[in-house]
Amino acid sequence: MTIYLNKDSKIIVQGITGGMGSKHTNLMLQADSNIVGGVNARKAGTTVELNGKELPVFGTVKEAMEATGADVSVAFVPPAFTKDACIEAIDAEIPLLVVITEGVPVQDSAEVFAYLQGKKTRMIGPNCPGIISPEESLAGITPHTIAGKGPVGLVSKSGTLTYQMMYELRDFGFSTAIGIGGDPIIGTTHIDALEAFENDPETKAIVMIGEIGGDAEERAAAYIKDNVTKPVVGYVAGFTAPEGKTMGHAGAIVSGSSGTAQAKKEALEAVGVKVGKTPSETAALMREILQAL
Amino acid sequence: MEYQAKELFAKHGVATTLGKVVETAEDAKAAAAEIGGVTVIKAQVKAGGRGKAGGVKLAKTADEAFEHASNILGMEIKGLTVNRVLVTPATPPVEEYYFSFLLDRSNRSHLCIASVEGGVEIEEVAKTNPEAVRQIPIDALEGVTPEKAAAIVDEAKFPAELRDQAIEMVQALWKVYVEEDATLVEVNPLARLEGDKLEALDGKVSLDDNASEFRHPDHAQFEIREEADPLEAKAKDLGLNYVKLDGAVGIIGNGAGLVMSTLDVVAYAGEAHGGVKPANFLDIGGGANATVMANGLDVILNDPQVKSVFVNVFGGITACDEVANGIKGALEILGDNATKPLVVRLDGNNVEEGRRILDELDHPLVTQVDTMDGAADKAAELANA
Repeated sequence: MTIYLNKDSKIIVQGITGGMGSKHTNLMLQADSNIVGGVNARKAGTTVELNGKELPVFGTVKEAMEATGADVSVAFVPPAFTKDACIEAIDAEIPLLVVITEGVPVQDSAEVFAYLQGKKTRMIGPNCPGIISPEESLAGITPHTIAGKGPVGLVSKSGTLTYQMMYELRDFGFSTAIGIGGDPIIGTTHIDALEAFENDPETKAIVMIGEIGGDAEERAAAYIKDNVTKPVVGYVAGFTAPEGKTMGHAGAIVSGSSGTAQAKKEALEAVGVKVGKTPSETAALMREILQAL
Repeated sequence: MEYQAKELFAKHGVATTLGKVVETAEDAKAAAAEIGGVTVIKAQVKAGGRGKAGGVKLAKTADEAFEHASNILGMEIKGLTVNRVLVTPATPPVEEYYFSFLLDRSNRSHLCIASVEGGVEIEEVAKTNPEAVRQIPIDALEGVTPEKAAAIVDEAKFPAELRDQAIEMVQALWKVYVEEDATLVEVNPLARLEGDKLEALDGKVSLDDNASEFRHPDHAQFEIREEADPLEAKAKDLGLNYVKLDGAVGIIGNGAGLVMSTLDVVAYAGEAHGGVKPANFLDIGGGANATVMANGLDVILNDPQVKSVFVNVFGGITACDEVANGIKGALEILGDNATKPLVVRLDGNNVEEGRRILDELDHPLVTQVDTMDGAADKAAELANA
């Protein structure tokens, strides 16, 4: 099994006719994803040919879902139009929405997240590499050639660290690898993915990759303590990173956390998660666990 | 900076006193004379603790304003040189309050923080008397309606005689937050002046770069170039995501997470090589072509502190052969200007071809190492040589 995405997933692409959209639809088709069409209001009724496959373009997500039975949408629309594209997909009740777009204004993301509450859609991203269940399906931009199917579940804020970790553990393989994105407001969190991996019988162990900023890793640590029985190995990037933009006095008051890599590492270790100092050490820790299973 | 925050406050109807921003002591004197009476001379830098650092002074006369401005201009506060001072009328507050709107990452929404106890010492109040610091969630879809503003003012327990003014100010501050795409709008102190007048005496606004790019082209005016590091300014002109640090190992990588991780790995490796540290953060993103690579190398090689460079690329979408050709092209473009050793680690998509291209190039400055840890060690060793 996998989480959120499998070989039966039917995928549409919002922004399929754009540069990023067509390039990555091509790559998703090469990964054997079941892409069933795309959306572009101005090109409704036309088709695009990608990787030797003729794909219909629909005017709206709703029409695309009705015509194809799609249950996943991957959005590659420019940042100025991302909010509207998300709301359209949520209104159409698409079960999974993966937003790849980088540079979405955070107030737009806050609005979309508020709009999502009580709706039927799970959103991943924005500003993320998406999700891959190797040898089954890819909804996003993760290279499908890095690693195959296996017992590891991976959840990460960072795209390239996702690739790096998949590469390090390619001999074991992954059930699903999900890049949740590093933006301040995202649809799916570490905790959501941890819960899904905990409930997935094929996932035997979990790698969690974090970055400085916010308190998502600290919250994930608290969640792991009470809810996760599978072994979790962690990595946090940014021990030596320069201090970024501060949030004035307010940020520290709100989160009660400094957001540093050290604080995140300590929070994870306090609940029994082994945390590697480097990606390779993290992979070695996971390797030990997998070999003992 | 304070004066820029106040300009945004004034634009949206928040009660504040703009004062005059000047760059010389003579102009400070003239401004103080024009304003008349007692004035405050305030250093304008993007840092807190200006008062404690001696960057805020009261001036009874224009001559005193000249004297204070001469001392404050050129002063360093938290590593930033003061190039401007703000001259404002001295309006001693009767009481000081705290107010902010900010992005609340944990709850994935907006938050209001308000306190009628203690302005500038708000962090201390939050520790000793957390009940006095009210945190009020804002619904991102509904925003701050007049009713919500009234509820905020009542929950924070603003004095009854200031209630109407406070409600108006809360709505005006929300306008600053939403219409300027801010991630923080902070008034500290929010002052009650003589005659029960409410005014934003000092403030801070953080803007969302993502939104500024296409919704607020006017925000570019807030960026003050001379304060940026010259290498950072050059990198910005070239469209590179670069941050200057203090070490000797130049870093180029693709993807913010991988680059941050590279800084860590280099710092650890440096422990065995005289404590050398990373010299910068540079993320060249997905398209590591020859021009981008050449621009990146050009910026890093111009940093006199750099002794070696570590190029760390994981080929995801970008294939390693393209990256290798990028490095090759960059070295051709730079020619004799490339003078420092490069340690290159390529992994991922099409790695064999990428490594073959660099092997064939056989450039005297380039060393290939297969693993990230091994390459970091080599780069640290070369920087310590």
